[in-house]
Formats: sequence, structure tokens, C-alpha cells
Amino acid sequence: MVASLLAKLKVIWGVIRRPSVHYSLGFLTLGGFVAGIIFWGGFNVALEASSTEEFCSDCHQNVYHELQSTIHYSNSSGVRATCHDCHVPHKWTDKIARKMQASREIYGQIIGTIDTPEKFEARRGTLAKHEWKRLKANDSQECRDCHKFDSMDFTRQSTRAAQMHSTALASGEKTCIDCHKGIAHRLPDMADVKDF
Amino acid sequence: MKTRKILSVIALVGLSMSAMAATIPADKVATLRQVPLDIEPTPPVMPKVDNTDVEKARSYPMQPPVIPHKIDGYQIDLKANKCMQCHSRQSSTYSKAPMVSVTHYMDRDNNFLATLSPRRYFCTQCHVPQVDAKPLVGNDFVDLHELMKKEK
Ligand code: HEC
Ligand code: HEC
Ligand code: HEC
Ligand code: HEC
Ligand code: HEC
Ligand code: HEC
Repeated sequence: MVASLLAKLKVIWGVIRRPSVHYSLGFLTLGGFVAGIIFWGGFNVALEASSTEEFCSDCHQNVYHELQSTIHYSNSSGVRATCHDCHVPHKWTDKIARKMQASREIYGQIIGTIDTPEKFEARRGTLAKHEWKRLKANDSQECRDCHKFDSMDFTRQSTRAAQMHSTALASGEKTCIDCHKGIAHRLPDMADVKDF
Repeated sequence: MKTRKILSVIALVGLSMSAMAATIPADKVATLRQVPLDIEPTPPVMPKVDNTDVEKARSYPMQPPVIPHKIDGYQIDLKANKCMQCHSRQSSTYSKAPMVSVTHYMDRDNNFLATLSPRRYFCTQCHVPQVDAKPLVGNDFVDLHELMKKEK
């Protein structure tokens, strides 16, 4: 039993030691490991680079300018929410999924669905609805990454805010995006939007 | 020749000095600037918008009530009217905001419309939030109610 196991281990060790053509398999494994780290890191860096305001505003100039006058761009506490805080989920897997979807965006730029202010205005309502649907479906996850319901002190909020947060929000009947549409951008035509 | 030139320069300077002295002193000018043109004043602290959510008494029956909450970033244009998200008939029960009164649904011939009257669309034409600031000009407004008491 032990002998056969040892024999098997010997074979495996032999395989590991045997040079492939130029390098031992051990070296290849280790090399692969190191390369993996570099690749993973590089991928991360690429993701970070594509998560900056500059990157997004390449194609979303007007949207970026709108953000600058809102509370999420500059406020008393000095915490800024940028594009990816609200639009790219922080979870690694979601992040990749979002980047995959982003290739549709790059495709869009090529076919030019929003490459002039007029075209953007015409399509804006549709795009906003995509975002509302996404935030509704994930219970406004991105908002909650920063604004924790459990950490809200109603006594420090305005009466209007506390009234809503302690009822419809607390009960789960509504989520942030139901009440706070247009928090970061100009709203599209709201004529056919429910609850508005 | 040279002395003449110098003398005339001195005279000119003197003249302009006296002209300056003749101008109205800064504190007498009805201006919001309050400091000489060539000096950059420190701006006063921006007063905070009243956000107490306590409805203010109206000074006369037809007065558009002032807004007791902040309205930062509330969009009112052709595409959206943020005020109506809370103040419309449909949402007022739920938002706990007073519904816009029936006059907001009337046109100038007093016909009732199904939706907000266009002349009442831009709310901030008539309704404004308040700040806790020193009034720039005095106000001797007397409430109608007081006036009637005095008449008696
Ligand atoms: C290469 C140009 C380009 C870049 C860079 C870009 N976008 Fe887009 N984006 C587009 C186009 C084009 C559309 C419209 C796609 C369509 O018409 O369906 C779009 C749509 C969107 C939408 C609407 C969502 C939807 O589902 O319809 C959001 C949100 C968005 N982009 C956010 C971002 C953010 C955040 C970044 C930065 C991380 C970014 N974009 C970078 C071109 C770009
Ligand atoms: C505080 C969160 C937040 C931030 C920060 C933010 N967005 Fe948005 N964004 C939203 C929401 C919510 C919507 C859905 C429409 C709405 O409510 O205005 C949206 C919609 C969009 C849309 C769809 C078209 C539209 O105008 O509705 C685009 C494109 C977009 N955002 C791009 C960006 C870019 C680019 C940035 C960074 C410059 C950014 N966003 C920053 C929350 C945010
Ligand atoms: C990166 C963190 C971050 C994210 C993500 C974020 N916020 Fe905020 N939000 C802030 C900060 C910081 C402030 C300003 C707090 C202050 O100093 O008053 C703020 C302020 C607000 C306010 C108060 C506005 C006012 O006029 O006082 C609302 C409402 C709000 N956020 C809603 C949202 C919603 C809805 C989302 C999701 C679409 C969201 N936030 C996403 C950080 C964030
Ligand atoms: C039922 C409607 C409703 C829901 C759901 C809701 N809010 Fe609010 N919220 C309000 C109202 C109304 C105000 C006060 C008016 C305003 O700021 O426009 C407010 C104000 C705020 C403020 C500013 C508070 C203050 O007084 O300084 C923040 C921050 C905020 N909301 C974040 C959130 C976040 C994050 C969520 C989701 C977890 C959320 N809200 C869900 C209605 C809602
Ligand atoms: C998030 C909901 C909400 C929005 C948006 C909102 N209001 Fe209000 N408003 C209220 C509530 C609730 C009250 C009742 C007093 C309070 O809680 O502040 C009120 C009170 C008022 C009053 C006082 C009424 C009275 O009888 O004294 C006026 C005027 C007013 N709002 C005008 C506006 C205008 C103009 C806008 C848009 C610029 C606006 N409101 C947007 C919720 C809202
Ligand atoms: C042309 C001026 C004007 C405009 C524009 C206007 N209002 Fe008024 N509003 C008034 C006057 C005057 C009153 C008080 C008398 C009355 O009810 O007609 C009033 C009353 C109100 C009240 C108190 C109602 C009550 O029964 O206590 C609210 C709330 C209100 N307005 C909200 C709004 C909102 C929201 C808008 C924008 C959609 C708006 N108003 C646009 C003039 C205006």
C-alpha cells in the first residue's frame, strides 16, 4: 500500500523534474504562477484605469459635466462618488460581467448611438430606464455600498427624509432609486415614468 | 519749458485729487459692493437654507406659501418637474406633502384643467425657500389683520 503510493509519488516527482524541452515542469508551474500574478495584477490595473472619471467621460462628456454640480461630486464631508461607484459593481465577478457588457458600449460608440448631444438626448430615457431597472433589481446595491441603512441616524435627518426612510424604506416596500431618481444627472423625459 | 510741464502735471494731480474728494463717500453709495472697486472683499458666509419642514404662516390670503424645505438640485424643466413627484394629487397622500391647491389646475379664464396649468408649471416663480439672513432693505409691511384692528 505505502510502497505503491511511494512508487506513484516517484513517478509524479519524475514528471515534475523531467525537463519539458528546455525547462522542468516545476519551473513551468512556478513560472506560470508568477505570470498569473502579474497577469491578474495587470488585469486589475487595467480595470482600475478604466474605472476613472476620465475614462468614462471620454464617451460621456455631458453626463460628467452634470455630475460636477451635484452633491456626489463635492460636499462637506469630502467623499466623492464617481462613475464606477454607482455604475460598476464592486464584486470581482460582477465587475467582469459589467466589463463584458461594456463591450456593447464600445460597439455602440462605433455605431454611434449617443455620439452627438441630440442622439444622446433621444436615447437618454432608454438608458436611464436600464439603470433604474438594474438598481431596482439589486435593491440599490451601489447606493447601499456607501449609504448603510443601519447607520442612518433619523434624528439627524430632515423631517421629510426621516419620515420616508423610517417607513417605506425601512419596510422594504421601496428602495433608494424609487425615490431618488436623478440624484446624479439631469432627468430624461419623465412623462411616462411611474411614481413621478 | 520743463518747469512748465512739471507744474501742469502737479496741477492735474491736484485737480484730480479734489475731484476725488468731491465724490460721494463709499458708505453713502447705495451699493451691495460696500468696498472700493480695487479691493476684493471677503464674501459673507452663505446662509443656510431653512430646511426645518415647518410650514410658515402666510402674510396675506393670496400669498404663495414659502417653501419650508431645501430644493437643491430639484429639476424643473420640460422633461421633469421634481416638485410634482411629491406635490401632485396622486402622490401627496404617500409623500405627506400638501397637494398643490386647485388654483394650480386653473387656466386664466378659471377653467379647470386635467393637469397642472402651464402658468403654474414653474413653481419657483412664486414659491421660494428661505434663508436666515439679514434683510438688505427694511420692510414696513403691515398684516391686513393688524391694519383692520387699527381701523376700529
Ligand atoms: C467607448 C465609449 C464609452 C466609454 C469609455 C464608456 N461608455 Fe458608457 N456607454 C457608451 C455608449 C455608446 C452607450 C449607449 C449604449 C446603447 O446605446 O445601448 C453607453 C451607455 C452607458 C450607460 C447606460 C446603461 C445601459 O444599460 O444602457 C451607463 C450607465 C454607462 N454607459 C456608464 C459608463 C461608465 C460608468 C463608464 C466608465 C467606467 C462608461 N460608461 C464608459 C459608450 C461608452
Ligand atoms: C450617485 C450615483 C451616480 C454617480 C456618481 C454617477 N451616476 Fe450615472 N446614473 C445614476 C443613476 C441613478 C442613473 C439612472 C438615471 C437617473 O436617475 O438619473 C444614471 C444614469 C446614467 C446614464 C444613462 C443616461 C442617463 O443620463 O440617465 C449614463 C450614461 C451614466 N449614468 C453615466 C455616468 C457617468 C459617466 C458618471 C461619472 C461621470 C456617472 N454616471 C456617475 C447614478 C450615478
Ligand atoms: C461613493 C459613495 C456613495 C455612493 C455610491 C452613493 N452616495 Fe449618495 N452620497 C454620498 C456622499 C458622500 C454624500 C454627501 C453627504 C454630505 O456630505 O452631505 C451623499 C449624499 C446623498 C444624498 C443627499 C442629497 C442632499 O441633497 O443632501 C442622497 C439623497 C444620496 N446621496 C442618494 C444616493 C443614491 C440614491 C445613490 C445610489 C444611486 C447614492 N447616493 C450613491 C456618497 C455616496
Ligand atoms: C420612500 C422614499 C425614499 C426612499 C425609499 C429612500 N429615500 Fe432617501 N430621502 C427621501 C426624501 C423624501 C428625502 C428628503 C428630500 C430630499 O432630499 O430630496 C430623502 C433624503 C435622503 C438623504 C439626505 C438626508 C438628509 O436629511 O440629509 C439621503 C442621504 C438619502 N435620502 C439616501 C437614501 C438612500 C441611500 C436610500 C436607500 C437605502 C434612500 N434614501 C431611500 C425619500 C426616500
Ligand atoms: C421629496 C418630496 C418633496 C419634493 C420633491 C418637494 N416637496 Fe414641497 N413639501 C414636501 C413636504 C413633505 C412638505 C410639508 C412640509 C415639510 O415637511 O417640509 C412640503 C411643503 C411645501 C410647501 C409649503 C406648503 C404650505 O402650505 O406651507 C411648498 C410651497 C412647497 N413644498 C413647494 C415645493 C416646491 C416649489 C418644490 C420643487 C422645487 C417642492 N416643494 C418639492 C415634500 C416635497
Ligand atoms: C403663479 C404663481 C404660482 C406658481 C407658478 C405655483 N404656485 Fe403654488 N401657490 C400659489 C399661490 C398664490 C398659492 C396660495 C393660494 C392658492 O392656493 O392658490 C399657492 C399654494 C400652493 C401650495 C399650498 C396648497 C395648500 O392647499 O396649502 C402648494 C403645496 C403649492 N402651491 C405648490 C406649488 C407647486 C409644487 C408648484 C409647481 C408645480 C406651484 N405651487 C406653482 C402660486 C403659485
